[in-house]
Amino acid sequence: MTASLVPLVVLLPLLGAAVALILGRYRRVQMGVGVAVLSVVAIIAAVLLAAADAGEPTVVAVGGWEAPFGIVLVVDRLSAIMLLISAIVLLVVLVYAVGQGVADRHRETPVSIFHPSYLILSAGVFNAFIAGDLFNLYVGFEILLAASYVLLTLGGTGERIRAGVTYIIVSLVSSLFFLSAIALVYGATGTANIAQLSVRIAELPQHVQLILHLLLLMAFGIKAAVFPLSFWLPDSYPTAPAPVTAVFAGLLTKVGVYAIIRTETVIFAEHDLSILLMVVGGLTMLIGILGALTQADIKRLLSFTLVSHIGYMIFGIAVGGELGLAATIYYVVHHITVQTTLFLTTGLIERFGGATSINRLAGLLKASPLLGILFFVPALNLGGIPPFSGFLGKTGLFLAGADEANGTDAAGTAWLVWAVIAAGAITSLITLYALTRFWNMVFWRGRGELEGYESELLGSVQEAPAGATVTATRTTPVLMVAATCTLVALTLALTIFAGPLFELAGRAAENLGDPSVYVSLVFPGGIR
Amino acid sequence: MTASLTLVVLMAVLFGAGISIMLERSLTRVLIGFLLVGNAVNILIFLMSGAPGLAPILSDGVEPDEISDPLPQVFVLTAIVINLGITAFMLALIYRSWWLAQLGSAGDLVDDEEELAEDAEEAADLIRSSAADDAAIQELIDASGEEADELVVQSPVADDEEVRR
Repeated sequence: MTASLVPLVVLLPLLGAAVALILGRYRRVQMGVGVAVLSVVAIIAAVLLAAADAGEPTVVAVGGWEAPFGIVLVVDRLSAIMLLISAIVLLVVLVYAVGQGVADRHRETPVSIFHPSYLILSAGVFNAFIAGDLFNLYVGFEILLAASYVLLTLGGTGERIRAGVTYIIVSLVSSLFFLSAIALVYGATGTANIAQLSVRIAELPQHVQLILHLLLLMAFGIKAAVFPLSFWLPDSYPTAPAPVTAVFAGLLTKVGVYAIIRTETVIFAEHDLSILLMVVGGLTMLIGILGALTQADIKRLLSFTLVSHIGYMIFGIAVGGELGLAATIYYVVHHITVQTTLFLTTGLIERFGGATSINRLAGLLKASPLLGILFFVPALNLGGIPPFSGFLGKTGLFLAGADEANGTDAAGTAWLVWAVIAAGAITSLITLYALTRFWNMVFWRGRGELEGYESELLGSVQEAPAGATVTATRTTPVLMVAATCTLVALTLALTIFAGPLFELAGRAAENLGDPSVYVSLVFPGGIR
Repeated sequence: MTASLTLVVLMAVLFGAGISIMLERSLTRVLIGFLLVGNAVNILIFLMSGAPGLAPILSDGVEPDEISDPLPQVFVLTAIVINLGITAFMLALIYRSWWLAQLGSAGDLVDDEEELAEDAEEAADLIRSSAADDAAIQELIDASGEEADELVVQSPVADDEEVRR
């Protein structure tokens, strides 16, 4: 029964987008369509997760063409978890955007194109998560990228076009990399089916495997914003409207991380690049967070922390093993929610205070205590303060790393793992410092102290390149606040229900630990 | 696997030219570079299908070994469609950034005050001229009763032309 539900997670958003485009003049209908579609997808994702966790992962051969000739859609535990969390986050952010759109009627964002693009973005994200075929994964990426180009340049102001150009060209290059990689993989193995690749890649000579592996990692690394390939992110994300930035920060980079997980655990299960990934993960953490330290603008600061925390997931993938992958999956879910929440709260701060710079905001705690809590809780969470989910996820990753370091015979590898764990701990502390400094200045500092305020803490911060100023509006639409509160509650739920969730992530990681599980899903009768 | 040397050379030339053009600052050149590299990748995919053969339709008397591999061709078709869409978007983006570079964001604005003032002036002119014409016509009618009809017919036409000018 669940098989017929799988294609719907892509079809419904696409149909919804068409309806929303046709009904561009009726704003309320558009909003209704968007919310309804994403709610239905969230319910379907929950059903699929329940089925996958009960030991019945869903595999659909689209159009009745069996693998390897047709395209297969695979929903195992990992895919179902990603589907569910992304559907929930997309839905909440859409409610937030509706709240903002209603309040800002006829301001800088032409909203009639927002809803269709947003739904197409959702379709692309969902498609990437259920693709069982490398080329279908590429199509999913392209769908979400094309929609993200539109969303990032929404309104076509000079600033957004400038930021959009960087983003678009970088994404185009990464797509070309991905497509070339698919061509070469196909040339070497004669298939693009992920399950079949898992078997056939292992038969190739080592050097061919290395080239293909690196090409795919390059393509996904650009999307996931892993260190040497992360330069574009802090420049392009902050200029978009708050809900768009929130969704991009929460989901788009995680699609890249998801693809890397699949690459490492299924396609190149036999070919090991974990040393490279570990070095890259450690550098991503440190260099990302050092960038965050000098930012006065909270949106740029958060973009840098986003880059930096991708490093933890890459570290988890590099460590591998059941515990490592379980912690990575838990961390991905945690990071999607907490990063989105922080960007949504930033949208509220911008609206309420009229600025996003640490040098121009003060006294917000008195003006709005609720806003203070909405920022403080996810900030501590991201910084990894116990008992929040950020702490649990990081602890899981470090424990897995420690196990790996103790278990390995090579002294060099053990040292490397310990070094990256140390980098992770330092990154966590610096994140905490950067975010609490912002909180102290913006919320704690009195409004009267703003003029001529001098502090060692603000000595090195740099303003963002001249941005548009926003007029402060002291009204905060109920929907925006409600959506943000929901997400904060969700991050807390991730903490409270950490036990069962970690077990679920563990079961998902069990499947990933052995590529033959995935292969036997797609080819129940054995593979040629 | 066999591959056509011509296609390999063509692909290499397209890759080389495309990448070097893509490194330029101008957006239009980046787009052209992207198109060249995109086509180079398409040729790369096509090369991966191996030796050309019969049309990939299985029927009696056709050995599966003799037909060409259809899958890479499908990949290429999909990639072409995606490239087309992205190119359309890039063109719109280039036009928009050209617009902003030439006119700035002020190019988007229609200045209300200036236009209102112009409108008011035009309206005042119209009223003034038509009032003067009416008076002139009235005078003419008063002066000569017989020719009045013709004049009345002609004068609105003349009025319109004057307003347009």
